[in-house]
Formats: sequence, C-alpha cells, structure tokens
Amino acid sequence: MVQTSTSASAAPPALELSRVVKSFGAVVALSSGSLTLEQGSIHALIGENGAGKSTLVKIVAGLYRRDSGDFRLRGEDVDFSNTAQSKAAGIAVIYQEPTLFPDLSVTENIFMGRQPTNRFGRIDRKAMRAEAVEIFERLGVRLDPDRLTEGLSIADQQIIEIAKAISLDARVLIMDEPTAALSGVEVERLFAVARSLRDEGRALLFISHRFDEVFDLCDTVTVMRDGKYIDTMPISETSIDELVRLMVGRDVTEMFPKLPAEVGEDVLVVEGLTSPGVFHDISFTVRSGEIVGLAGLVGAGRSEVVRAIFGVDHYESGTVRVNGAPLRKGRPTAAMAQGIALVPEDRRKQGLVLDQSVTRNVTLAIRKRLAKWGLIWGGLENAAAEIWASRLEVKTAALDAETGTLSGGNQQKVVLGKWLSTEPKVLIVDEPTRGIDVGTKAEVHRLISKLAQEGLAIIMISSELPEVLGMADRVLVMREGRLTGEFERADATPEAVMFAATAEGAAA
Amino acid sequence: MTAVDTKPSAGNAFARSIGHVLKARETGIAIALIAVVIVATVSNPNFLFSSDGFRDLLLTPSLLMVVAVGQAIVIITRNVDLSVGSVLGLTAYLTGRLFIDIPGIPPILVFVAGVGLGALLGLINGALVAFAKVPALVITLGTLYIYRGINVAWTGSDRINASDLPASFRDLGTGELLGIPLLTIFAVIVLVVAAWYLRNLRSGRELYAIGSDPAAAHLYGLRVTRRVIAAFVVSGALAGVAGVLYAARYGTVSSSAGLGLELQAIGAAVIGGVAISGGVGTVWGAAIGAYLLLTINRALPIVGIQDFWQRAVVGVLIIGAIVLDRVLAVRQHRRLIEQREEKP
Repeated sequence: MVQTSTSASAAPPALELSRVVKSFGAVVALSSGSLTLEQGSIHALIGENGAGKSTLVKIVAGLYRRDSGDFRLRGEDVDFSNTAQSKAAGIAVIYQEPTLFPDLSVTENIFMGRQPTNRFGRIDRKAMRAEAVEIFERLGVRLDPDRLTEGLSIADQQIIEIAKAISLDARVLIMDEPTAALSGVEVERLFAVARSLRDEGRALLFISHRFDEVFDLCDTVTVMRDGKYIDTMPISETSIDELVRLMVGRDVTEMFPKLPAEVGEDVLVVEGLTSPGVFHDISFTVRSGEIVGLAGLVGAGRSEVVRAIFGVDHYESGTVRVNGAPLRKGRPTAAMAQGIALVPEDRRKQGLVLDQSVTRNVTLAIRKRLAKWGLIWGGLENAAAEIWASRLEVKTAALDAETGTLSGGNQQKVVLGKWLSTEPKVLIVDEPTRGIDVGTKAEVHRLISKLAQEGLAIIMISSELPEVLGMADRVLVMREGRLTGEFERADATPEAVMFAATAEGAAA
Repeated sequence: MTAVDTKPSAGNAFARSIGHVLKARETGIAIALIAVVIVATVSNPNFLFSSDGFRDLLLTPSLLMVVAVGQAIVIITRNVDLSVGSVLGLTAYLTGRLFIDIPGIPPILVFVAGVGLGALLGLINGALVAFAKVPALVITLGTLYIYRGINVAWTGSDRINASDLPASFRDLGTGELLGIPLLTIFAVIVLVVAAWYLRNLRSGRELYAIGSDPAAAHLYGLRVTRRVIAAFVVSGALAGVAGVLYAARYGTVSSSAGLGLELQAIGAAVIGGVAISGGVGTVWGAAIGAYLLLTINRALPIVGIQDFWQRAVVGVLIIGAIVLDRVLAVRQHRRLIEQREEKP
C-alpha cells in the first residue's frame, strides 16, 4: 500500500492518486504513480527528468487517461477525459511553458471560456476587467489588463496563469516548475501568493528542481524515480541529501563518465556577439578537446547564441572565427563547411526527418559528398550509415526503419551520427539528453566525452546542472542574454553556477 | 450598465475609443475605399451622383459581403473555406428549382431551404476538417469540386431564367428602402449580427482563441471541435443565403453561378485585415474589404485603366494588404516588448 502521511485530519485528501499506470505503446511512462494532496497544504513533487512527474500531472489535468489505478478528489472517484472536466472539478495546472493566446488581451486570457456575462449571455467586459484588476491587486502585481499577451515575459505570463486559477477558484493548484525562468523578486512574489492560497485551504502541488525552494515553501514532499512512487514525508523530517539519494537511487558522480582529454589550440573564438533584445556582448573561446558547458535558466538566450553562431539566426555585431578564419553570419552552409555541427534542442522537429529511414537521416548532411554526377547511390549511403550506426550503437530493428519509431535516446544518436559524419571540428549540442532514459543518457554522455578525447571542441547546453557540472571542463553561465559567469571545472559548484544564473541570489 | 458608473472615466473612455478607431486596421481600408470613390467620382461624377451609380455602389458588393463575413469567421479560427462559391451555386440553383417545381411556394420557405442546404454543406466541411484532422485547405478544395460537380450534374445545360421566378421574389433583389437597396440592408444586418456575436458572446471570443493558438485552446478546455464545425456551418449558411439572394438579384442561374467567388471572399477578408493565420481581424474589415475589392473593379475602367490591368491591381491590393499587416505586426511586437521592458 501507499504510505500517506496519515494525519488525524478528518477532511479527506483534496486529491489522491494511487498506483496509477500509463504507457504509450511499449513505453511505460508511469509504472506506479501515487500522490496525496491534503487541503491547506503545499506538497512538493520531485524527481529527475523522466521520472514520470509530467505524466502524472497530465493525468490529473485530464490530458492523458490513465490505464489503471485509483484517482480520487475529496474522497470521490473521478475520471477525466478532457481538460474541461478537470477544470470543472476545481483543478488548475500551471505548466512550465505558459499557454496563452498571444493575439488576445491579458483580461481575455484570464477569463476565456468562462467570461462573466449578463442575463442575455453578453460578455460583461467592465466586470471582467474589474475582476482582473482586483486579482492583480491581490497578487500585488502591476500588469496592464488591456494589453495583448504577446511579448510578455515568462514571469508575467505565469502570473496570468495564476490569475486564471484564482478566478476559477481552483481547490487544487498544480505548478510545474513555475520558478524555472523567474528572477529572485519574482520567485518571492510567487511564493507569497502560494502561501496565501494555502492559507485559504487550497491544496498546492509544487514541482521543482530547486531544493532550497522546496524546503522554503513546501510542507510535504513526494519523490518519484523511473515512473514509480518512491516515498512521501514531511519536509521537516528530511534533508537535501536524503532527497537526492532517493531521487537518483545512486551516487551522482557515477553518472558522468568524464574522460581525460588533451586540451589543445583555440578552435572556436566568439567575440562581442550581440543581437539586440536577445543577447549582448557574448565572448568566449572553445579549444580542441575541451567541453564547454553553457548553463543558465530556460530563456537565458543560450540556444539563441549557438543558433547565431551556426548561422540559423542573424546577429547584429561581433565575430565568430573557426581556426582563425572568420565565419560569414547567417549562413549555416558556411558554418558546416568550416566544420561546425549543431545538434539542436528539439531533435524531433529540428534534428530529424521522422518519416525517413535511419540511413537517410544519418546521411542527410553529407549528401553532396555521397553523390556522383548529382545522383546519390544507395550503396554509398548505406555504407556511411552503417559506420555511424554501429559506432554510436544505435539500437534499431533495421537501418531502413522510420526514425520516428526509435526511442528518444536512439533518435538523439542518429542526430549525432548525422553531424559526426560531416567530420566537424566544433560540435554544439543543445540539451543532448532531454527526454532520454537514464541508461541511454549515460551512453550519450560517454559518447560526448569520447569525442572530446578525439580532439573535438564541444559546446554543451544543458538545463540539468549535474550534467553540466559532471561533463564540462569549463562552465559558462548566461542570464538574460549576457554571460554572467565562467568557472573552471574545479570551481564550478552548483551554488556558484546557480548564483550566476539567477544573479539576485534567488537560489543561492 | 448604469450610467453613473461610467461618469468618472467617461471622457477618458471616449478619447480611448476614438484612439482605437483611428488606429484600427479597418479604418485604413475604409479610407482607401473612400479615396477610390472620390477619384472615380472626380473622373466621372456619374460614378456616385447618378441614381444608378449610387445604387450600384451599394448593391454590387452586397452578396460578396455576406460571403466574406462567413469566410472571415472561418479564417479567424485558422481555417479556410474554399467551397463557398460552389455552395452559392448549388443554393442559387435550388432556389430556382423550388420556384419552378412547387408553384406558389412562399419565398420565405425557399429562403429556409437555401440556408439549410448551405448549412448542411458547411457541416460536411466542418466535420471533415474537425474529425479527419486534415487541413481545411485540402478538405474544402475537395468539396469545392464535389459541390460544383453535383451542381453541374443536376443543372446540366439547363438554366433558371428570370421569368421562372415570381415577381415578389425578384423585387427582393432590386427593391429599395429609403433609396438604399434591400440587399445592402440585408447584408449590413448580417454584418452587424456577426460582428456583435464575435465581440460579445463567449463562443465568439473562443473562435479568436482557437485561431490564436489551437494547442492552448485545447489546454483551456475549450470545445475546439464544436466551435470549428460551427464556424464552417455559419460560413456555409451565409453562402447559402447569398445563393438565394443571387437568384433574386440576377434572375438567371446557370451551373457556373458563383464560380471563383471563394477567392474574392478570401481576398476581401485578407484586405480587410483578417490574418490568414487566425486569431486576428474583424468581420467589419472583411466587409469593407469586399466593398473595396469590387468598387475598385468598377472604378478602374472609369479612371481609364485597361481591362487586363484590373486583375493585377486586385493582386497588388491583396499583397499590399498582407505586407502592411506584416509590417504592422512586427512594429506591434517591438512595441509590446519595449512596453514590457519599461514596466517598473
């Protein structure tokens, strides 16, 4: 059975999930998810990426339907088949990436679908606006209710999401990593709001990777690992060390097999790269055999910088040189010709042609070289694909299988293979292990480490701090479009990097 | 609702609404329309100041306006309805057939039948788009040909003539009230109702939300499928209305009635500032766009521009409108970002 914090409270739990299972085809996303939220309490849900937290949240939100297990709200069995039902039951979910309508006003975004109306069903705009103003006052934020939501910061968008939940009078409020992109002041503002909502008797679920926030805000905590419920305990009776141990189930350093590599000449030199409103005055150097980690919060401008280096996006001023030769801006083909490879953030959309075979995907970037008299010969293509598939240990039934049928980790290997086949000098990987299972993750890490050993200059963007700290020879930190820190491997402590990433010291 | 409530900020609100009107995208198109009318009138005063000229100015675009309003509603949901011309053709022919086959049928029944057929054809479009999850462009391109094919098979080489229609019905197409053609009055009523609906009812606002971000609409728990189907039904019904009015106005209906109308309707919406990517625009804009499109067509020969240039001018107008929208959108995006950074 599930151990719940069996307090003597007479009220039934606001929300109770027990042994919930959800699988997608052969992939089991949630093998046994359990969670109990008490009324008037803030509960933390922690676990590594891929531990099943998001799946659990989506089941509660009515986006996914569970395969089996119990789901009760205030003691009553429920079963949601869409988001409207969960909303009607008083559940509000604030996702990591706010989902708003950019073309509509702030007020309309808060009330869409349930605007106050008069007797004839006509929307009462004045009442709607007044209520929005009232909610913002209560939250203590200044936000123009009449402006469009397009162009708002993530923090402000989240405030709109919370305002939505309040206007809904939600009894259960789920916040999925709400602080990931917030500054210190904004986090404090959010926490004050969360506490006052708890004191009104609502149940809150707070998903976060930041332990200090969990200990600061929450009353109880549930740990998940590999799609399973691990343990629940009052926050006052546990410690960071214990939680980390429960989360990873193993020692952290084991996960990152960093191989010693000989650091050589400067390969990539970036100077004063600026794109107004996106990033400012970015300068750094990457040497051969070196892995440079690029850390920072989501939205700090890391992906934008590497996209500009690779030539996908334009930049206004600054220079990029590869082995001393300046690189023309805005030309990915020029970047490729000079030996830069970019493994993008979203491999499904930007890295792969999912309907095409593994072979085709691996050889996509070297088609010119495989062509004879303008035609691509199958033999050469297959040979090239075989080399890389076996070097990277891509697990697939056949090389002519559709790439979309592979697991996330193996898809990532295909993208890596595609770029490695161009024999690059500089390899840029953007979130290389996002959404990849733990085993394959280690393989990808070993692979990147081995490539550095072979003399590649590597830039690795990652939002997982342990990954950056475990893999990188040097860590660069970005915040709001600027470089705010540079640490050698020995000096790169989680606290120091986090501090540089958040500046005001929200998490430090 | 109470007058007392508005008093303190009345002046402010008034100034704000004046500002809104001046900045509105629809105002620019209206000014362009007025400019066209002035230029044409200066070239030939009969364009506006003869009784025929004034009548034609109001009457010619009325049918397109009705169809463009429906089209705008569909485009706002990030879809498109290419079948409206074929729907109009079918209902126009149905109108004539009913009068011939059922002598003495009251025109109101014919109206109901036309709207009903249009709505049914729209329902087919909407259901295919919503359930088959195929882009509306493809679905309605298919139904454009299917509906037209049915029309050709049904009509054959036959055609409805003015003499087949009762005079009371034809009066509808030519009649006037206080010097304004009945068709125009009807079209304006449709426009006002649609505009009111889109602005003031929940389901109307949800159409904008769906077009602005369909994924977010799903997360909000909006009934996306139902709304999209409804938008297509409305578009079909309005094309059906236009079909009945077409028969009343022209008297003659062959199997090619309404051919190419879908492109004019989309053009009108786009010229009027309805974003083809959904979520932005008003039916006012689409209606003024329809007026501009057809008035330009009539003004060009008067100004002395050769026939074959006229289509090109329409093309320039459409592309010009899209470029303008793009420029405005980029400027607005910059302004909104600045606004956020200025915020204390």
